Amino acid sequence: MATETQELSQHAAEVQQAAGMPQLDFSTWGNQIFWLIVTLVVIYLILSRVALPRVGAVLADRAGTIANDIAAAEELKQKAQEAEAAYDKALADARVEAARIVAETKAEIQKEIDAATAKADTEIAAKVAEGEKAIAEIRAGAVEAAETVAKDTTAAVIAAMGFTAPEAEIDSAVSTRLKG
Amino acid sequence: MATEAHGADAAHEGSGLVFHPMDQFIVKPLFGGTDVHWYTITNVTLWMAIAVLAIVALMVLGTSGRNRVPSRVQSIAEMAYGFVYKMIEDVTGKDAIRFFPYVFTLFMFVVFSNTLGLIPMSFTTTSHFAVTIVLALAVFLTVTVLGFALNGAKFLGLFWVTSAPLAIRPLLAVIELISYFVRPVSHSIRLAGNMMAGHAVMKVFAGFAAIAAVSPLSVIAIVGMYGLEFLVAFIQAYVFTILTCVYLKDALHPSH
Repeated sequence: MATETQELSQHAAEVQQAAGMPQLDFSTWGNQIFWLIVTLVVIYLILSRVALPRVGAVLADRAGTIANDIAAAEELKQKAQEAEAAYDKALADARVEAARIVAETKAEIQKEIDAATAKADTEIAAKVAEGEKAIAEIRAGAVEAAETVAKDTTAAVIAAMGFTAPEAEIDSAVSTRLKG
Repeated sequence: MATEAHGADAAHEGSGLVFHPMDQFIVKPLFGGTDVHWYTITNVTLWMAIAVLAIVALMVLGTSGRNRVPSRVQSIAEMAYGFVYKMIEDVTGKDAIRFFPYVFTLFMFVVFSNTLGLIPMSFTTTSHFAVTIVLALAVFLTVTVLGFALNGAKFLGLFWVTSAPLAIRPLLAVIELISYFVRPVSHSIRLAGNMMAGHAVMKVFAGFAAIAAVSPLSVIAIVGMYGLEFLVAFIQAYVFTILTCVYLKDALHPSH
């Protein structure tokens, strides 16, 4: 019976407490405040000593890596541009060189052609002179032959007609006639 | 007489529709007994310890990889870090970064207590004024002491609105002074009130679930409330933290 009453009063007290706001039950405030302060101090120590420096370092590391990568990419881009410029320059140089070689070769060939032409010209001139000389000789030979034939013919004609004439006279007469 | 009362109570409970929406907030010793001394290990102790463990799991174990490409947990920890860091930088200023661990501690404690309180049968430590008043008073005292330590008497310029006409400045000073001292009250009651009200409403809906006719409606309402409370848990942590930043700004830059 006694225990029942005690139980009952306890139950009644609980009901009483439940009716109000447990938040305003000031008997528990000390307990809550004590554990809250312990909790906050623990969280603060863990965060400020371990977690926050670590996360900060990771974030800084990542930002640094990204910045480095961007810088490296920029550098590579620069290098590529330089390489392109160098390539273009080499190409232009090669073109100029090729043009120079072409011009040089052309000039050389022209020189050779000129020399060969000159040489051929002189040879041709020599041949022409030779030929002309030969022709003149032949012509002179022919005139002489014609004169001889004319003299022989004249002598033969005179002989045939029964005349005699000194050979020298006949020769001079024919020569005179031929000249005249 | 007492037996009768007991009997009546039991009969009432037997009817199935009993609301004890505030019972979830009762502070109870964990290991028997009824007395709650300041050192007693209670459900408050348990849920605060769980909050500490959750914070350690997220911020210490989650970031133990120190990965340059973060794992899922690490990216949540980094998001929380960046969120509070940016808030202090934007609201209070770059020179307030030295209070980052302090503000981050408050944010993590409030956000974890709020969300852990949403686990069924759990205990919401931030629904108690004892807890939120200590948090708010800590901010209030920090701001006041810091304000005078950094600015000296110039800190009183906070209450003397030089941009207003001279005639109404004394009146404004009284209003500013009152609003300054009301800060810890509103700061703490906003958080505890939000937490308490949401949990109590859910408990009331849960009580209705005992009546078969309305139980589907009650369950749907609980689901809706739960989603809303999840949002409120984050929003109230955000509000508490951003107000802390705003108050800290007054301590660092008291001029309006």
